[in-house]
Amino acid sequence: MGLIHETDFGTPGRDGEPVSLEIDGITVTVPQGTSVMRAAMEAGVSVPKLCATDSLEAFGSCRLCLVEIDGRKGTPASCTTPVAPGMKVSTHTKRLADLRRGVMELYISDHPLDCLTCAANGDCELQDMAGAVGLREVRYGYGGANHFDAPKDESNPYFTFDPAKCILCSRCVRACDEVQGTFALTVDGRGFGSQISPGGFDGFLDSECVSCGACVQACPTATLTEKSVIEMGQPERSVLTTCAYCGVGCSFKAEMQGNEVVRMVPYKGGVANEGHSCVKGRFAWGYAVHRDRVLNPMIRERITDPWREVSWDEAIAYTAGRFRVIQEKYGRGAIGGITSSRCTNEEVYVVQKMIRAAFGNNNVDTCARVCHSPTGYGLKQTFGTSAGTQDFRSVAKSEVIMVIGANPTDGHPVFASRMKKRLRQGARLIVVDPRRIDLVNAPHMPKALHLPVRPGGNVALINAIAHVVVTEGLVNEAFVRERCEDDSFARWAAFIAEPRNAPEALEDSTGVPAAQVREAARLYATGGDAAIYYGLGVTEHSQGSTMVMGLANLAMATGNIGREGVGVNPLRGQNNVQGSCDMGSFPHELPGYRHVSDDAARGLFEKVWGVKIEPEPGLRIPNMMSAALDGSFRAIFIQGEDLAQSEPNTKNVYDALQAMDCVVVQDLFLNETSGLAHVFLPGTSFLEKDGTFTNAERRINRVRPVMPSKTGLDEWQVACRLATALGYPMSYPNASAIMDEIAALTPTFSGVSFDKLDRLGSVQWPCNDAAPEGTPIMHMDHFVRGKGHFVVTEFVPTPERATRMYPLILTTGRILTQYNVGAQTRRTDNVVWHPEDVLEIHPHDAEERGIASGDRVMLASRMGSTTLHALITDRMPQGVVYTTFHHPITEINFVTTELSDWATNCPEYKVTAVQVTRTNLQVDAEAAE
Amino acid sequence: MDGSDLNRMANQIADFFAASGDGEAAKGVAAHIRSFWEPRMRQGLYRLVDAGGEGLDPLVIEAAAALRKADKAAAGAA
Repeated sequence: MGLIHETDFGTPGRDGEPVSLEIDGITVTVPQGTSVMRAAMEAGVSVPKLCATDSLEAFGSCRLCLVEIDGRKGTPASCTTPVAPGMKVSTHTKRLADLRRGVMELYISDHPLDCLTCAANGDCELQDMAGAVGLREVRYGYGGANHFDAPKDESNPYFTFDPAKCILCSRCVRACDEVQGTFALTVDGRGFGSQISPGGFDGFLDSECVSCGACVQACPTATLTEKSVIEMGQPERSVLTTCAYCGVGCSFKAEMQGNEVVRMVPYKGGVANEGHSCVKGRFAWGYAVHRDRVLNPMIRERITDPWREVSWDEAIAYTAGRFRVIQEKYGRGAIGGITSSRCTNEEVYVVQKMIRAAFGNNNVDTCARVCHSPTGYGLKQTFGTSAGTQDFRSVAKSEVIMVIGANPTDGHPVFASRMKKRLRQGARLIVVDPRRIDLVNAPHMPKALHLPVRPGGNVALINAIAHVVVTEGLVNEAFVRERCEDDSFARWAAFIAEPRNAPEALEDSTGVPAAQVREAARLYATGGDAAIYYGLGVTEHSQGSTMVMGLANLAMATGNIGREGVGVNPLRGQNNVQGSCDMGSFPHELPGYRHVSDDAARGLFEKVWGVKIEPEPGLRIPNMMSAALDGSFRAIFIQGEDLAQSEPNTKNVYDALQAMDCVVVQDLFLNETSGLAHVFLPGTSFLEKDGTFTNAERRINRVRPVMPSKTGLDEWQVACRLATALGYPMSYPNASAIMDEIAALTPTFSGVSFDKLDRLGSVQWPCNDAAPEGTPIMHMDHFVRGKGHFVVTEFVPTPERATRMYPLILTTGRILTQYNVGAQTRRTDNVVWHPEDVLEIHPHDAEERGIASGDRVMLASRMGSTTLHALITDRMPQGVVYTTFHHPITEINFVTTELSDWATNCPEYKVTAVQVTRTNLQVDAEAAE
Repeated sequence: MDGSDLNRMANQIADFFAASGDGEAAKGVAAHIRSFWEPRMRQGLYRLVDAGGEGLDPLVIEAAAALRKADKAAAGAA
C-alpha cells in the first residue's frame, strides 16, 4: 500500500440548504455557504491555492485561487466567495493563468530554489502550484532583498521553523488559532518585514506553543517540517491506526519507510480527532522503538537473582509451572491478573478469559480501578450502562459546558481544542476545580465561572448545585416525569431540598462562596443545552462513585441527557480504559458488564469457553495486595501496568509484591514493578498491535500493525500459550477472530467486526441489530435501564483532613507533555518540557514556609515522604499543593494514602494531608525505610 | 485480609447506604458486599463481627448477619 493522500477541499464543509451552480460547465450541488473553491473540488475541479486548506476558514490572501464568475466584475478569490444559485464559474482561463503565474513569480522571487535538497521535495504545495500554473521563469530575478539567510529556529525537538521558506500564507497562525486554540503564533512586522513569530520572537520552545503539530500540518512548504522527515526523507506508505495515549483515541496515518516510522500524521477521516493531534500522539511515538525495549522473555528464581533470557517456550512453561504449584498448594484463588488499558480489546479479552477459564477464578482487575471505576459504577446505577453518553462532536452543540475535575487542555488536548472552539463561539463555561486550570483564562473565550472547590468537597458542591435547581423550580419536570423513576426522584428531591444541602450551609465543605454556586446552578439549568465533562478529579475520591451519581442526578433533573449538546461525559485517561472495562476486566463482571452471579450470562460464556466460571466476584487490585500480605494470594500476571509506581500507598504495594511467590510482568520496558518480578514477558507497542481500542466516546477504532512484532509474538498469543500450558487450550487464528467471539458473547458488540470497522472507519457501541452502525448518543428515547434512577448522594467527608501536623492538601494529576507513569513519554524528547515532577504551591503557603520557586522541598504525609522542587504559582488555591506522577524518582505514591472510593476502591489520589518544608535532601524513598 | 482495611471499607459502604432509610440500608450494604467482595473478604468481615465487631457500623453488623445466613444457605444447598 502507498501513501494515503486525503483530498483537501480548500475550505471547510457547510450544512446549509442545497445550492446548484455550474463550474467549468459542470453542474454541482453543495450546501449553502460553501465556497466556490470547495464546490469546484466537489465537482472534481482543482483550483490552485496556497493559503487555503479545508481545516481552516478561508483567508483570501494568496490570490492564487482567483476565478471568473459570469456577471461579476474582476476575479474574486474562490476560497472567500460563497456559492449562489445559478452561478457560472470559470476556473481556468488565459486571464486567470496569467494572473496566477504572476503571483507565483512574486512568491518564488523570495524563495530558495533548493528543491532537490529540500526536505519537502515531493510534498510541497508551493512546488505543486509552480507546476500547476506553468511557472517557467521569474522575471524579477533573485538579486533583490530576500529572506534566504533568515536563521532557522530549531529549538523545538520535533520540528524546525525555516523562515527562508515561508510564504506568509498564515496557515500556521490560523491553525494555531482555529484548530488548536492556543494563539501562540502571529505575523509580526509589516510588509516585506513580516514574519511568523511564536510568542514575540521567543523561539518555539520557549513560546506558548504546545507542539500539537497543527502548524506543521497546515504549512504548505518546508517552513515547518518534522525533524524526522528532514533526517529520513519522505515516507513511502501509510497505515491507518489509533493513538495509544489518552482516551480521545485519535486516528493517525503512520507514514513509513519500510518498517520505520517517518512520522505520525493525524487523519482527517478519524471521527474522534478530525485531523488534529497533540504533542504526544503526533510526535512522542519514539518510545515504541526505544533501545530500552526488552524484546526477549526473561525469568529468575528470586527477585535478587539476575534476569536470564529464555525462549518463549521456556518462559511460558516456567510461568505455568510456578502458577500450578502455587494453586495446588494454596488453592485456585491464590493467583490472579491485571489487564491493561494500554492494550487492545482483543488482548484484554484474552487475558481476562485466561484468568477466568485457565486460572479458574475471577481475580481479574484492570488499571481502570485507579481511574474511572467509579464512572462504571455510578453511571450503571443511574443510567444503566457504564459509559459516557455523547460523541465528541456533541460539544459543538452545547450552550453551557461544565468541566469538573478535569484538565482537558493537558489530559485530553485534542478534545479540549473542540471544546475551546465551541467556547469561542459563545458557549458558557463552568469550571469546578481547586486549581485555576488553563481553560479558565483561555484566550478569546468568555471568562469562565470558576468554582475552586476544596479537595474532598465535590459531593457537597454537586448537592448544593442540585439544591438550587430543586428549590428554585429549575427541574425539567416534563423530562423527569417522562424519562425517570417517580419514586427515586421524589426521594432524591426531598433529600436535596433539605436546608443542610443549601450552598450557604455547605460553604465550609465546598470552599466556594454560595453566590457562585447559585450562579453556576442557574446557568447549568437554564442556559440551554448543558453538558458535563469530568475526569479523575471526580472519581479519585472516597466519594468518587457518589459524585458520579450526583452528576447523573443533576443531568436528569435538568433534562440534559439524551440529545446532542448535553450529557454526562467521563474523559477517560488511557487509550483503552473504556475498552478494558467493556471486555470484562472487573472481578465482578463478564464482558459487557454482566455480573458473574448472573447464571444466564455466565452460562453463555461457559458454553462457548467450555469451562465452568466462578459465580463469586474476584479480588480487586487493592484486595489482591491485602490478600498477598495475609498469604492467601501468591502470584499475579500483570499486563502493562506499573503497579509499584501507579498504585497509592507504595510501601504497601512493594510489601505485597515481595510477599508473592511469582510476579509476572508483561510490558515494553523494565519498570518499578518488574524489579519485584520473577518473569518478564516482553510486550508489543501500539505500532505492532492488530486489534481495536475503544475511546471515551465508546468509539471502537482499529489499531493496525505498521511493523512486525519485535518480540516474535502478539500479546494475545502469549496469553493463549500460557492458558494452554495451564491446561486450558486457547487459540485464535488472528485478532479478528477474537473480536468475532467478543461480538458473539456481548450484546452491545454483536454488530462489531474488523470487516465493518475497515468499511466504516469506526463505530460507537452499542453496535448491534438495533444500531448496526453504532450509537453516537445514548439514552435518546429511554435510558438503558429503562427509567432514569436518582440516587441519594449524602455528603460524607473524607477522613483525610488537614491537621496541625499536615496542614496542606496534596492533589495529584498529569501534564500535557507527559503521560501517566511516564514509561512512554519519558523515553521521548517530551522531557524537554517536563524533566521532573514539581510541587505547585500558592505564594502565601510558600512564603509562610520560606520557600522560593526552584527550592527543593520535602513533601510529607502520614504515609511517607519524598522531595521535589517547588513552583510557586497563584493558580493553586491557598492550602492546596499539586504535583504530577510521571517520574518514578519522585515516588509520589509513597505519600498518598490507603483511602479509596467506598463503592469501587478507586484510590483517593486527590486528597492527602501533607506538610511541605524546605530541605537539602535528595529524593531517595525516605518513606520506604 | 487486613481487618482494619475491611472495617474501613465496610463502614464506608454503610455511610453511603445509611441514607436509604430504615429497612433498606442494611439490605443495601449486604447487596453491595455480596456483589463486590470476594468470599475471603466476606469471611474476614465475619471474623471481625465474631471478634466483637468493634468499630463496625451497626448497619455492617446487620448486613454481615444476613450475608452469613445466605452463605450458609448456599453452602447447605451445594
